[in-house]
Amino acid sequence: MSYGVMSVSQLNRYVKFLLDGDLNLSNIYVKGEISNFKCNYASGHLYFSLKDQEAVIRCAMFRSDASRLRFMPENDMSVICHGRVSLYERDGTYQLYVSQLQPDGVGALALEFEQMKKKLGAEGMFDEKRKRKLPPFPKKIAVLTSENGAAVRDILSVADRRFPLCEILLCPVAVQGEYAAESMVKSLTAVYKRDDVDLIIVGRGGGSAEDLSAFNNERLARTVAASPIPVVSAVGHETDFTIIDFVADLRAPTPSAAAEMCLPDRMELLQNITSLNGTLQGLINAKLNGYEAVLKGLKKSTVFENPEKMIDGASQRLDYLVSDFCKSFEMLLSKNEMRFKNNLDRLKALNPMGVLSRGYAVVKKNKNAVVSKSQLSTGDVVSLTFNDGDVYCRVLEGEE
Amino acid sequence: MENKQSFEDMIKRLEEIVQLLNNSSCPIDDALKLYEEGMKLSVLCDKKLKSARQSITKLSNEEGNKDVG
Repeated sequence: MSYGVMSVSQLNRYVKFLLDGDLNLSNIYVKGEISNFKCNYASGHLYFSLKDQEAVIRCAMFRSDASRLRFMPENDMSVICHGRVSLYERDGTYQLYVSQLQPDGVGALALEFEQMKKKLGAEGMFDEKRKRKLPPFPKKIAVLTSENGAAVRDILSVADRRFPLCEILLCPVAVQGEYAAESMVKSLTAVYKRDDVDLIIVGRGGGSAEDLSAFNNERLARTVAASPIPVVSAVGHETDFTIIDFVADLRAPTPSAAAEMCLPDRMELLQNITSLNGTLQGLINAKLNGYEAVLKGLKKSTVFENPEKMIDGASQRLDYLVSDFCKSFEMLLSKNEMRFKNNLDRLKALNPMGVLSRGYAVVKKNKNAVVSKSQLSTGDVVSLTFNDGDVYCRVLEGEE
Repeated sequence: MENKQSFEDMIKRLEEIVQLLNNSSCPIDDALKLYEEGMKLSVLCDKKLKSARQSITKLSNEEGNKDVG
């Protein structure tokens, strides 16, 4: 075989031609560990090396294929690549052009789940403090689930049994398949615009991991996280966990459990009302009895029972007062009487008639009392007044 | 007050009334009024709960169900 001297380009093109023509190399599965992973964000192509203990090969995955990946490849990840081997003419290196990539060991879905969980968790989307309390007595619950599934029947029957006061807004959505996540996002967005819904249940009955995978959708998770209304997730069975279980305000193990957790129990409420009613009656009775007792006590008090007694006391006091008054008045009187008597005696002593009875007489000339001998001349007639009457006398010898 | 009040409000008020009545300093006139209101509320709550029927509406959905589970 002699072609003379070839250019590098000719050589590379020839080798590429050979590789592309090999049927084995055009449809091949290769197992290895990823290293030197690079994602060109502008083009969307992925570049990495696949290696085992001894050897390494360059790999490329173009955007059209990469966009179908359910998970993001990482260094050191064990994978199985499906693709073809060809030559990159510019560098003269042969590469594996990967059309499909699967994690070796764990499934792609499991990996996707773990990666999404890590990513959203790092954003704080699962934080406990983001979780809201459910309203104790919801008025309207939006239920997002398949219209024909078991989930909707379960929820409705529990709701009817527990708390029929709550209205149910059925939001039929696709819960599996290609459009499921989108359908739920749309429905949720519509519910967010309403102002009469105070709680949302998103869920479906049990199924395979693939069946539930719509609930691991990132857009759906972000839409749930952005909900202005508390959201309860209710996907599959007790053991199934999906991404929205972590994002929701509350995760219910099953759809019927969700209804139980969202709605108060009518029987308990009725019991509570009955007991409140009883307490109310007990309280008012106790109050009334209390007042009655007070009233009885008041009635028994002397004022009402024996009103005279009140007056008795007063009249007794009055009696004392009167007698005291009399006594002091008498004392006053007798004291004054003594003074009067004394004065009378003194008055009596001053009575000239008293003196006359002791042998004195009053001498008067022309009805005037004679108090000096100079008033009388010889021959004057005077009267002598005695105790018992007057006599007249002539002065025998008087003043010259 | 009857029908405008939500069930939650009624239960809350009922509990509040019991608490108010528990307070021994509540004057008798007020106590009797509270009692009357409380009894009315408890009867109303009871009736509402017992007679309630589930009401179900459907969100109008332009988007058809492509897949059901």
